[in-house]
Amino acid sequence: MELLFFLLFAGLAIAGAVATVWMRYVVHSAFALMGTFLGVAGLYVLLGADFLAITQILIYVGGILVLILFGIMLTPPDRTERNAKRVIGFSASLVAIALFLAVQIGSVVRWAEKSNLEAPKATAAPIGRELLRPDGYLIPFELVSVVLLVALIGSVFIARRRKAVRVDDSSTAAILAERGTLQQKAGA
Amino acid sequence: MGLAGYLIVAAILFALGIACTVARKNVIYVLMGIELILNAANLNLVAFSRFVGGLDGQIFAIFSIILAAAEAAVALAIVLNVFGLFDSIRPDDPDLMKE
Amino acid sequence: MSASLALSLWLQSARLQQQTGAALGSTTAPDSNWTLDLLEWVRTSWLSTKLAGLAGMDQAPALPTWAAAAIGAGIAVGIVIGFVSVVAMFSIWLERRVAGRIQSRIGPNRVGPFGLLQSLADGVKLLLKEDIIPSGADRKLFVLAPALVMASALAMFAAVPMADGAGFTDINLGVLFIVGISALATIGVIMAGWSSNNKWALYGAMREAAQVVSYEVPLGISLLVPVIVGGTLELGAASRLQSGWGGSCWFLFQNPFVLPAFVLYFIAALAENKRAPFDLPESESELVAGFHTEYSGIRFSFFFLEEYAAMFLMSAVGTALFLGGWNFPGIDLLKGGWLIAAQLAVFVVKSMFLVLLMIWIRWTLPRMRVDQVMVMGYKYLTPLSLICVVGASVWEVWAAVPFHERPIWMQLFTPVLVFGVCAVLGAMLRKQAIESAAQPTTRSRIAPRAHAAAH
Repeated sequence: MELLFFLLFAGLAIAGAVATVWMRYVVHSAFALMGTFLGVAGLYVLLGADFLAITQILIYVGGILVLILFGIMLTPPDRTERNAKRVIGFSASLVAIALFLAVQIGSVVRWAEKSNLEAPKATAAPIGRELLRPDGYLIPFELVSVVLLVALIGSVFIARRRKAVRVDDSSTAAILAERGTLQQKAGA
Repeated sequence: MGLAGYLIVAAILFALGIACTVARKNVIYVLMGIELILNAANLNLVAFSRFVGGLDGQIFAIFSIILAAAEAAVALAIVLNVFGLFDSIRPDDPDLMKE
Repeated sequence: MSASLALSLWLQSARLQQQTGAALGSTTAPDSNWTLDLLEWVRTSWLSTKLAGLAGMDQAPALPTWAAAAIGAGIAVGIVIGFVSVVAMFSIWLERRVAGRIQSRIGPNRVGPFGLLQSLADGVKLLLKEDIIPSGADRKLFVLAPALVMASALAMFAAVPMADGAGFTDINLGVLFIVGISALATIGVIMAGWSSNNKWALYGAMREAAQVVSYEVPLGISLLVPVIVGGTLELGAASRLQSGWGGSCWFLFQNPFVLPAFVLYFIAALAENKRAPFDLPESESELVAGFHTEYSGIRFSFFFLEEYAAMFLMSAVGTALFLGGWNFPGIDLLKGGWLIAAQLAVFVVKSMFLVLLMIWIRWTLPRMRVDQVMVMGYKYLTPLSLICVVGASVWEVWAAVPFHERPIWMQLFTPVLVFGVCAVLGAMLRKQAIESAAQPTTRSRIAPRAHAAAH
């Protein structure tokens, strides 16, 4: 039974990833990515990480994927054709290398399988305690919240609407003007 | 299902993530590839945490998810800015540092 | 096809949550084996034995485990789908009747008693309508989107226990599960808007995504307040904790910060469900019908059902975490099956009351502007909900013991405060209503002119 679910979720994750690399349109790739996220969440459940599985759905599907979709909608479609040969070649060779490495690692760490541990019961409470224990993960936890705050302020600062770059006093703008992108946009 | 199965799935996801980052000509694809790579890494962390014991792997995976969220937000802000400046979202186009 | 897709997605999520429950020990472990019991009963029943006798066996052979599990899951799925449809159709009927009453008209009253079967008739009509896929649409995504939206609504229902130990699964991260799965519906809506190849649909979808992502923050934070009070993320366990005081020991009366959190939760839930005054994603005066402009027939009905199912679901979560779940004064006097039936009834009635409130608000308040919606989410609801969380935590730490062991004045403080606030607000509203009734109303000002124009 567990094997069946493993195959189901692993298949979903891998199929989603393959589709992400392969699809012709960016939007299709983004929706395929959702399959991967859900499949990985299923694998977390099989590994006994219930809190992580739900966090995965909440943050990846509800947050990051929506952000990516916003990014796609706010930028133009890529007019260049997908180079099918190149995509297949890269994917196949990389998958081969990765499988080789995985088998190597798997053979090295066979001891882990013999440990035969029970899957942990409800993980949310122990994780919470661990995150707030001073000699546990308290400092990384606080640091990561500072990182989030910095990222929040930083991304708002970067993405805020700016006035057009002044051409005369900035070398960047001068180079851009030389290339004509700014003029084209101003003219259009 | 043992550890090896999860490692193999993670390896395939990782490889496809790198392929997505390298083979496609669009910044959004680079972002999606990075998310795939991070997912693969998280899967490895959680799998080891399950088969070795302890919650450290899961907590690391949580930190990694948090940082992935921050990364996606900042990266998209940069993408929008680059698109505003260069009128392109191909990663090869912003090359002012060369001049 | 959509239906089968929805079913398969739902099956997956049902199995996922059963696995979660089984592997991770929620307090009411997956006793949803009643479906398996039912199968066993069918197997040993008179008819099956007779049939087996015809085939030359003593007794019908037992099904293999996977088949039994699949059939059991199928039965559970069927029950959930039936329940969701009935609740959604009743809510639609309620919406139309209440709207009629508010607008001084009657509303649907022809099909069945009080027009109760109107939704069913509409459903049949939608089923029989031509199923149109626009030629410019992205066919696969266009078909997948309503299935995804519906599947997320069904999957969320899996985590809502409506009575104590009646075979409802109760997963130990129920609150998180519901908030997380609701994200899938957002993706479905974006998919619908994008694949329609229609600018209004796309605008609606983008508005929806921005709105839902923004309001998920105050929604989640205000849900934390009862979680802090009860100390559990499990909806069933939370309901069980509120059974003291003869069934009126609701979280609302345990901590003075739960009432503001409930108000914030309710507003955020309105926005999450795209209900007026937050119905920007489908505002008919600007965007035709928003993200489902191009949908018709059965696919449209999926979006329609999902909206009402999600309303009921948000109300159910509010009921379980703020309003005492299935507890009600006097319900403990019942026993056995009657108790379970009464609990179910209390839960559904409480949730329906919140749905009624949502409907009432929709037909009373005008729509907000896009920027007002964002300002309200980020500048008011989010800080206020954070204040509630801090206040509730300080109160809990100060009290230092679980709420049923506190001194009597502390236990009585919050109920008195809640009723006091409600009484003051009610008196103010009543005074205002009486004053405005004394003023000449808009209608009586306009009526003479209309009268004159008629002549």
